[in-house]
Amino acid sequence: MTTLRLKTWPAVPLEAEAITPDRFVGKTSAEIEALPVHHGNQEAALGDFFAVSGDGTPDIAIEGDLARVKLIGAGMTQGQITVHGDAGMHLGAAMSGGRIGVHGNAGDWAGAEMRGGQIYIRGNAGHGLGGAYRGSPQGMNRGLIVVAGSAGNEVGSAMRRGVIVVGGNTGDFTGAFMIAGSILVFGNLGERAGAGMKRGSIITYQTPKLLPTFRYACTYRPVFLRLLLRELRSLGQEIAEEWFERRYRRYCGDLTAFGKGEILAWEGP
Amino acid sequence: MYINGVEIEDTFAEAFKMWGTRVIITAKNRQWAMTAAIKMTGFATSVIGCKCEAGIESEVTDTPDGRPGVSVLLFTPSKDDLPKRLMERIGQCVMTCPTTACFNGLESPDVLPVGGQLRYFGDGYQASKLLGGRRFWRIPVMEGEFLIEEKFGMQRSVGGGNFLILGEGPDVTLEAAERAVEAMQRVRGMVMPFPGGIVRSGSKTRSKYKFLIASTNDAFCPTLRGVVETALPEGVNCVLEIVIDGLDLPAVEEATRLGIRAACIPGIRRISAGNYGGTLGQFQIHLRRVMEG
Repeated sequence: MTTLRLKTWPAVPLEAEAITPDRFVGKTSAEIEALPVHHGNQEAALGDFFAVSGDGTPDIAIEGDLARVKLIGAGMTQGQITVHGDAGMHLGAAMSGGRIGVHGNAGDWAGAEMRGGQIYIRGNAGHGLGGAYRGSPQGMNRGLIVVAGSAGNEVGSAMRRGVIVVGGNTGDFTGAFMIAGSILVFGNLGERAGAGMKRGSIITYQTPKLLPTFRYACTYRPVFLRLLLRELRSLGQEIAEEWFERRYRRYCGDLTAFGKGEILAWEGP
Repeated sequence: MYINGVEIEDTFAEAFKMWGTRVIITAKNRQWAMTAAIKMTGFATSVIGCKCEAGIESEVTDTPDGRPGVSVLLFTPSKDDLPKRLMERIGQCVMTCPTTACFNGLESPDVLPVGGQLRYFGDGYQASKLLGGRRFWRIPVMEGEFLIEEKFGMQRSVGGGNFLILGEGPDVTLEAAERAVEAMQRVRGMVMPFPGGIVRSGSKTRSKYKFLIASTNDAFCPTLRGVVETALPEGVNCVLEIVIDGLDLPAVEEATRLGIRAACIPGIRRISAGNYGGTLGQFQIHLRRVMEG
């Protein structure tokens, strides 16, 4: 395992896309310390901020408050990163494989436009979780994001594939412009969930405030949801038995878009 | 060679190459899963007269959706036919059956599209979900939604494994066959496609009529003992056959071994096999070798 310990708190955000298993593999700790990062508009070395121990294995542990460290694991394709503390913006953005675990909170754009792999956040996540960057046609496309706490606005915006699970609440515009994929929210959905969604599923366990462009279809038990819930349970997520047994109200929408998406609202205990 | 006083003839069963797949059908309860499975495996006894051979392998408890399930095996002589037959049967017998869902039960590099074709029944309202690396199709139906996996695995398989039970009378021969079927049902990866697993009208691979590819196995017909070159020893008045289709040869051999052992009861004179002198199939399952193994 390669361990990074934050020794100098960055005065301004540190862009550390160097912190990925792909860049670390096969390097000595000295070589890893020499990897370039950007501190504000200044070029710096990873070693200026982190004490690195262990040689380049694809298993990375990071210690310290990394709320100002951006792009951890961005673009990674393999291996594992564990952040013992908070993580900054763009955590695991555009990653395509491997696993990131954050013991604290994560900043905005965690898992934005990711293409595969898994992100687990024990605390809260910011805005744009698994979403699409401004002007980009697609957000997350494959992979899994699990947030134990709450998340900000635009969770899974323009998401194309994959699964996002939020244990707490989400902000406004959850699943806005969604193309496909699944978002499960165990707390409250914010305003305007599914605005402009074409396809895909938003699954909620509280009574949602719906846009008028979502129409009630029926109350039923979707079999595919059993598969999804069982998969999440096998990954360690707590899934209540009554989520399998009770029915869900299906709302079709967004009728201003393609209209083949859905919000599935659990009918309650 | 004798088992419990029953002679095991020194012959071999001739089996042939087929392509096979495994389908897991789940439903609200085991009755509905079984209802769909029984329909799906209907009229699928022999490729002589049916387009495929199929049977129920077992009940399944550990299913993808966690509901009660039944596993079905389906076989065709050619690789190209398998998707067609599966489409027809799942479309007509499983999709139509209340509460069912349908999953691939065979991991294989060779795959065939099923949900990927059947989805068009959704007339544009079908939706797919990629879960755990597998793609599923949700097809809206009047009852709610039919869920089916996009691709099913298929593999080279063995069809037509068999043995013949030669008994003193119909009752004892049927009892021996029933015991054999019961014992063989424990083996995974194989099915017995005939009614109750048993065939009373075994065939030979030729006919005096040009329009027939198979006809009654006259050498084993007790009523013809005086007029044909019979294969029946004295005292035999009834013959029943058990036919086995398996996903691989070991499954067919294991079923043969368990079945023959269970069929060797008092009143049975001999165990033989459908040996067509090498004209039928590529696999030769030698009874004595299997029983020794």
